[in-house]
Amino acid sequence: MWENSQSKERSRSIWLPRVVVVDSIEPEVDGVATYSLRAKSEDKDSTQFAPGQFNMLYIPGCGEVAISISGSSHDGTLMRHTIRHVGRVTNAIANLQPGSELGLRGPYGTAWPLAECMEKDVVLVAGGLGLAPLRPVIEAIVSERHRFHKVNLFIGARSPELLLFAKEYEAWTQADINVQVTVDRDPQELGYHTGVVPLLIDRWQPRDPQKLVAIVCGPEVMMDYSARSLQNKGLKGESIYLSLERNMQCAVGVCGHCQLGPDFICKNGPVLKYDRVKHYFAVRDL
Amino acid sequence: MNEKENEPKLWLDRHELQRIFDVLIDDGYEIVGPTVEQGAIIYDRISSADDLPKGIRDQQEPGKYRLEAAGDEYCFSFAVGPHSWKKYLTPPIMPLLRVKQKNSELEIEEVIQKPQKFAFLGVRGCELAAILIQDRLWLDPAHSDPVYRQRRESSLILAVNCTTPAATCFCSSMQTGPACRSGYDVALTELKAGFVIAVGTSSGAALVKRLPLRPATQAEMDEAKQSLAHAEAKITKQMPQVDEHSKLLKKLKHPHWQSVAERCLSCANCTMVCPTCFCHSVDDVSDLNNGDITRVRRWDSCFNLDFSHASGTPIRDTTASRYRQWLTHKLASWIDQFGSSGCVGCGRCITWCPVGIDLTQEVATLLEEPVDVGE
Ligand SMILES: Cc1cc2nc3c(=O)[nH]c(=O)nc-3n(C[C@H](O)[C@H](O)[C@H](O)COP(=O)(O)OP(=O)(O)OC[C@H]3O[C@@H](n4cnc5c(N)ncnc54)[C@H](O)[C@@H]3O)c2cc1C
Ligand code: SF4
Ligand code: SF4
Repeated sequence: MWENSQSKERSRSIWLPRVVVVDSIEPEVDGVATYSLRAKSEDKDSTQFAPGQFNMLYIPGCGEVAISISGSSHDGTLMRHTIRHVGRVTNAIANLQPGSELGLRGPYGTAWPLAECMEKDVVLVAGGLGLAPLRPVIEAIVSERHRFHKVNLFIGARSPELLLFAKEYEAWTQADINVQVTVDRDPQELGYHTGVVPLLIDRWQPRDPQKLVAIVCGPEVMMDYSARSLQNKGLKGESIYLSLERNMQCAVGVCGHCQLGPDFICKNGPVLKYDRVKHYFAVRDL
Repeated sequence: MNEKENEPKLWLDRHELQRIFDVLIDDGYEIVGPTVEQGAIIYDRISSADDLPKGIRDQQEPGKYRLEAAGDEYCFSFAVGPHSWKKYLTPPIMPLLRVKQKNSELEIEEVIQKPQKFAFLGVRGCELAAILIQDRLWLDPAHSDPVYRQRRESSLILAVNCTTPAATCFCSSMQTGPACRSGYDVALTELKAGFVIAVGTSSGAALVKRLPLRPATQAEMDEAKQSLAHAEAKITKQMPQVDEHSKLLKKLKHPHWQSVAERCLSCANCTMVCPTCFCHSVDDVSDLNNGDITRVRRWDSCFNLDFSHASGTPIRDTTASRYRQWLTHKLASWIDQFGSSGCVGCGRCITWCPVGIDLTQEVATLLEEPVDVGE
């Protein structure tokens, strides 16, 4: 038996979600919607998060899923989640209405390196839904634009109608962000640049790769290729940040599901330096 | 708390063994210890010395486990079986939350487990090490598990030094056995006429005060020491030195993973019997009568295909990749995550593997290759 065990106080289970309420739902591209959630009780801290972090959303009878926080309201009482309805839990989320209640645990995980980006050039690279976890960074940059030097945002999608948050690009451009868009296919010939996102990086000329931070989010292959293109431009692997995806259950590094080498993606990630993971990308089925 | 070899010890006559049970029951402990069931020595709730596997020996080899009657009085003359104490500290199936939906209101509350006060009797050196390893996970203040913490704090550990290791044991090369090193309240060494007892903590000291003990004689202590030395000499299996663990992580593309996969059934037995494996899943179970939902935690395994996936695609869709994940996690990544190897050398995964895969041999083969195969 332990001696001097001090913790007579029972700790709260890591699994216990708090109840949150759907404030509003905004349809995005096909099969994707943004859910603004507010706390049910007067819990001020409960909507605090750092850009890049995620929450575990719980639908009773279905389960929990990790969803990045895709933004907040100006008064900070709402957390937004942009969700693609693909499976059991995310399809159940599609049935929610404003006023519906669900469970939420979080925020969890590492954040994008905003502090490191200050007084430097920044390049943000997004593929598909990968733009969702980047939006809080973009919002943070826009709100304190003078603290960042040249900011570039490269966005890729499969086709023009799948470009996420498209109606915000104009405002971001107005805020002196170099927004560049590419699509895999442009069947209606709307004049988009076609090709994968790394191509946007390849044809771009960064000012000083030593004073540049890259933030990349999208499918794993897209992130790997983008990071390689960035390295070809002279960026160091330690200045390239990616957000990794693995199924996760506990979100605090105890259930074991999301391991990649020594890292639990939930707690050592999801935001990790390219340096740390590139060896693993090179091994199949790791 | 380390056993100091030459410190004075106590002596309990064999015919007084029942007194340990009486005192523990008197103190409100639920005693869990070794007992024979369906041809194996398992850990179950026991209430008397008669429940112990008296006169029973185990024969263990890769993929094989058999009990034999020796017909003598020894109650602890066997090595570890298929169970480990994690069965009691992190139950295989445990309800976590109760969820009710009334109209559109959602209510979620924790399932509070009844506090348990266990006395674990017969904990071996390797198992003490395994418990200390699991402590690092389940007691981390960042995400401590209330049930584990309560059980761990209230339980008493009565350890037994191993005098009859199995052919699958390699605790000595993992520095965990056969003698108990730390983490026990009392530690027993079984001799023919009785038990030499070492005290590890003040709870242990309080317990022994209530037992009919006398100081052990020098001869008894020498005999105990000898039988431990004999046990140590009997252990021939060794884990190749992998503490420079990056060595193993340089073998990720080694063709040998595929050759293990040709034998491995991906049955997950090795992870279920391993005293340190902790992976689990949480699912909802609905009560069909009232629609209430219970969120339940179950042991899971990295050998299951759906254990890890991203964007709906399994991460490790081959047996080779799953065996590689298990072995490299246990022996290498574990060191980065928790500061020690995840293997204590108990040999369970070797004995209970239906096809007798022996991790010590697989590691030896992987490390044999002179050139690095894939970083
Ligand atoms: C840190 C982190 C952040 C995440 N952030 C977001 C986010 O902001 N928005 C979001 O929508 N998702 C996000 N995800 C992914 C999300 O957690 C998964 O898509 C979700 O687990 C799917 O759960 P499900 O029960 O709905 O589907 P499941 O029942 O688990 O899957 C059913 C089927 O759906 C398909 N499928 C599953 N996932 C995907 C996918 N991602 N893409 C395409 N097909 C898929 C597969 O065919 C699969 O077999 C994030 C994941 C992580 C780890
Ligand atoms: S890996 Fe095998 S030998 Fe090592 S602790 Fe686990 S079951 Fe025991
Ligand atoms: S190593 Fe043996 S016990 Fe483990 S999954 Fe493979 S066949 Fe099963």
